[in-house]
Amino acid sequence: MINITALLFYVFSGVLLTAALMVVTSRNTVHGVLFLIVAFFNAAGLFILAGAEFLAMILVVVYVGAVAVLFLFVVMMLNIDLGEIRQNIRSYSLIGAFIGGVLLAELLLMGIGWHTSPEAFDLTTAPMAGLNVSNTQALGNLLYTHYALAFQGAGLILLVAMIGAIVLTLRHREGVRRQKVGDQQARQAKDSLRLVDIPSGSGV
Amino acid sequence: MIISLDHYLIVAALLFAIGSIGIFLNRRNVIVILMSIELILLAVNINFVAFSQYLGDLVGQVFSLFVLTVAAAEAAIGLAILVVYFRNRGAISVGEAPLMKG
Repeated sequence: MINITALLFYVFSGVLLTAALMVVTSRNTVHGVLFLIVAFFNAAGLFILAGAEFLAMILVVVYVGAVAVLFLFVVMMLNIDLGEIRQNIRSYSLIGAFIGGVLLAELLLMGIGWHTSPEAFDLTTAPMAGLNVSNTQALGNLLYTHYALAFQGAGLILLVAMIGAIVLTLRHREGVRRQKVGDQQARQAKDSLRLVDIPSGSGV
Repeated sequence: MIISLDHYLIVAALLFAIGSIGIFLNRRNVIVILMSIELILLAVNINFVAFSQYLGDLVGQVFSLFVLTVAAAEAAIGLAILVVYFRNRGAISVGEAPLMKG
């Protein structure tokens, strides 16, 4: 008898792996991005099954809402010549499959061969067992106290990424008149106003 | 049957392998390479969350949050570089990337 949690796990992970496979093999990059969105949704489902509700919501909001849409935006903004890209996929598929197979074999061997030290359960730094709060609140309690410095560092990384993306993509076009706020603020009457004495009766 | 840690580890291992195969399979398309890196980081996150649940330790989820942050920053910077590259070359195939030297 298979219970509902196991069924959901198999559905989520099956769709996740299928979508991931479609991401790397799809001919059209737009389809690849859409499959990436499917993969993220199903990974969020797996996170909920594992009890990480906040991370599941973050995955949907940040990845589907921001990163995948950013990918979609860039794919559609750049006019990509697919024929140029797809021409020599064959030459790399063999070595790719070989390296992927080796990695998978190693990971699965690790997955079979390891076991947890009995002391590991006593060494947890932030045990979840006795907490009476929701996952979000527990995560916030931890993040804003013990990991406040790392949290600030993460914010700094995002700031640097934002500034970097703006600096990289900003360009000044020729022939476009831009507002120069500094010049406007520094402008004074004596620079732009000239008083001319004009004798009465004669023109300028 | 109960879903154990091993199930999550196998799913994460498969996802990691798919992501690393994707890098080789689409060596000329930077967008798919970036998406493959996202898949690899997602596999790492699944491992973090699964171990966090298994050990009853919340720190795994905290680290997963940081991995998400770095992944988002990396995607933004990577795509910005890609836009600049496209603007300079008119194509995104990285086969001729050495042209960018000098």
